[in-house]
Amino acid sequence: MASDIVLDLRADKVIEAIKLGKRLDNRKFDEYRKLKITKNISENANGSARVLLGETDVIAGIKMVPGDPFPDTPKEGSISVGVEFLPLASPLFEPGPPRENETELARVVDRGIRESKCLDFEKLCIKEGEKVWVVFIDMYTMNDDGNLFDACSIAALSALLETKIPKLGDEYKIVKGEYSGKLHLARKPLLCTTTKIAGHLVNDACFAEEKAMEARFSVATTEDGYMAAYQKGGSGSFSPKEIDECIDLSFAKAKEIRKQL
Amino acid sequence: MSKKEEKTEYVKNGKRLDGRGTEELRPLKIEVGVLSRADGSCALEWGQNKVVAAVYGPREALPKHIQNPYKALVDYQYRMATFSVPDRKNPKPGRREMEISKVSGEALEKAIFLERFPNTTIDIFVEILDSNAGTRVAALVAASAALADAGIPMRDMVSAVGVGKAGGEIILDLNKDEEDAPDAVDIPMAILPRTEEIVLLQMDGLLTPEEWKKALKLGLKGCKQVYEVQKEALRKKYLEAEKEESEPNTETATQEEGE
Repeated sequence: MASDIVLDLRADKVIEAIKLGKRLDNRKFDEYRKLKITKNISENANGSARVLLGETDVIAGIKMVPGDPFPDTPKEGSISVGVEFLPLASPLFEPGPPRENETELARVVDRGIRESKCLDFEKLCIKEGEKVWVVFIDMYTMNDDGNLFDACSIAALSALLETKIPKLGDEYKIVKGEYSGKLHLARKPLLCTTTKIAGHLVNDACFAEEKAMEARFSVATTEDGYMAAYQKGGSGSFSPKEIDECIDLSFAKAKEIRKQL
Repeated sequence: MSKKEEKTEYVKNGKRLDGRGTEELRPLKIEVGVLSRADGSCALEWGQNKVVAAVYGPREALPKHIQNPYKALVDYQYRMATFSVPDRKNPKPGRREMEISKVSGEALEKAIFLERFPNTTIDIFVEILDSNAGTRVAALVAASAALADAGIPMRDMVSAVGVGKAGGEIILDLNKDEEDAPDAVDIPMAILPRTEEIVLLQMDGLLTPEEWKKALKLGLKGCKQVYEVQKEALRKKYLEAEKEESEPNTETATQEEGE
């Protein structure tokens, strides 16, 4: 890994500050950056949202497409989650097919949505065994200043909450510009990530903080007290007690973010 | 993913569908040093799961620009054979394999003294030959035994187990039927057993914090049971090797034995 000296020095600064109980931008350890959600940023999308979390900037767009059901679930629709780390978002992102970081992020956001059962897959059935709705949730990074996981999760949920179901004409063809109603969400799952830096638990890490982190732990929570996904990442570890603290933080932070949706 | 129409009882009178208790592992068999060309290797059978792991390295990381002058890289490749699942798997590595490889490699990084081997890579290849739920933890258990077999210095072996929920019950080491329960929750976890540091933790399904507390306790216990089997496998190979060495047998015990 080509080591960028400036980044390494900044990471050292982050660790120095954290050890003194501070962060470089004076946030509290559990404080998120300013969140700004702009909905419906794309007319052609069935639902979309742009999320700014401090300087981190991501876009999520939804397309609902009639597709073939899986043979083992003939009356269930499905979702497909993808993320692309656009090279315009960071000097470290390169064009090309998704790599492991993108794949991990997409799959964790996918699990949070899928396992929370916020979408009733049976309601996404058009005709049993023949056609079902596939909800494509595609996310693009615009600027990476850390915590893409949470930003993408917020963007995906915001976009889903705006999603209109396209109207279908003959032979399951979509009638352009017409809609049959809104997509119903039974829950609002949100992913909140806690990072461990110099032995301290810190939320919403910016890019420099991510460079300094030992490990991270993401938890997708729902407003009715369930957890739908975990993901530990990074080469460090967590004690069982720290995991419990992360879970508490994820519930608390998701509650705050949900108010801003 | 397929939902069962009829309501199944996953635990009846303390027994599961396959006859195990709620806190019981499937039979686990580990053997190290099974591949002569690899620096370390391991064959593992865990219930129906069948896994082979090989370790190569530390060796020079190439191309040169990927080298880290401070520590070794860990390249972990989890792959499933096409015939290892009920339907033929596409041989092309999928998104799932990519994600599992990433988090498993990170889990091992904590265990290995990477800083002793700057500019090198430690390559770990794990192939799943047969599967029935819990393959990523089986792979990780095999991989860390193979690392030990390769003589790579580690803080501890990584031990792993799946824990979760089926039919409202918190159970250890879920099999495929249990993983397909309508309310199934799957929690793969890996720890460094001596310190109980958690190095891999994933979950999908709907779980409450109370259920998690139970699952965590059960998972830690399960990991430690697995740990004993791993240690036993290493003891078996190396105590035998020691015995052979003490006997003046000329042609055995070449450098292929590793450490």
